[in-house]
Amino acid sequence: MTDQERAGMVPGDMGPWSVGGQAFRSRLIVGTGKYATWDGMRDAIQASGTELVTVAVRRVNIDQPDEPSLLEYVPKGVTLLPNTAGAYTAEEAVLTARLARAAGLGSLVKLEVIGDAELLWPDPVATYEATRQLVDEGFTVMVYTTPDPVLARRLAEAGAAAVMPLGSPIGSGQGVLDVSAVALIKERVDVPVVVDAGIGSPADAALAIEAGADAVLINTAIAQAQHPVQMARAMRLAVDAAILGRAAGRMARRDRAVASSPNTGVVTVASPS
Amino acid sequence: MELKVNGSWRETPELATLGSLLTHLGVTHQAVGVLQNGQVVAREAFDREPLHNRDELEIVRFVGGG
Repeated sequence: MTDQERAGMVPGDMGPWSVGGQAFRSRLIVGTGKYATWDGMRDAIQASGTELVTVAVRRVNIDQPDEPSLLEYVPKGVTLLPNTAGAYTAEEAVLTARLARAAGLGSLVKLEVIGDAELLWPDPVATYEATRQLVDEGFTVMVYTTPDPVLARRLAEAGAAAVMPLGSPIGSGQGVLDVSAVALIKERVDVPVVVDAGIGSPADAALAIEAGADAVLINTAIAQAQHPVQMARAMRLAVDAAILGRAAGRMARRDRAVASSPNTGVVTVASPS
Repeated sequence: MELKVNGSWRETPELATLGSLLTHLGVTHQAVGVLQNGQVVAREAFDREPLHNRDELEIVRFVGGG
């Protein structure tokens, strides 16, 4: 037994995961939206230990063209993952991805096509169509999707580099409403599974990982916490704990109690004489 | 010349290329993506892509998002 193993580290089982050939050690992807300040965002990204952050594509404000760029506040060495948020059709999503690549961010993209403005629920048909198109154009596509095991399999077959089922509606903080769906999806695809959206607390993040997710994507739960930097660190610890716990091998669930203390040698109380 | 930039028509001096428009608007220092009449223009092509009167342009950048 190595010193590391004796200390409870399980090196082989805590290795990196990869998307489109790029390896990441951190199992936490962090969004960059809704932070109160740029400095706060940078500090939270650092505290989270993430190596991958999402960004959105929006029009330049022509009346204020020199306003500070988000990119200046993303720590060096962190990979940028542009999203297609705001797209309601496959065409809009594909165009947004092309713009992000043309702007110099490479071929990695988080595909997101919404079908319901109130629920921000993905449009499965448009998402599938856009996945095929973007894969065809050479993108590495991480696909935000409904927690549907069949759709996830179809997306993976269409060439998605990762499938990202929602835990609950974007920004809702309701957690992972269908934990079993995460496990079902993981059993059916060969690409990484990332639980994206709805995670509200460290416990939610840990549940997603314990259910089999390779990583989680968190934005609002960190950005809108009262103390985003502490929450970023809490999420990091929760994800690491869940990965380590998963590798350690969970005990079997049982219907009935099984005593932890010996049944023999129990002290008996003498009857009063 | 008359150009539609990010949804609004505006009058600009005669500009030869997309790159000169970005300089004119003061946005060249940013990592931007440009759509010219619906077509994506590669960054490397900014300084040779000709501008035409009544071109419609979308100029985008990266902002915070999830």
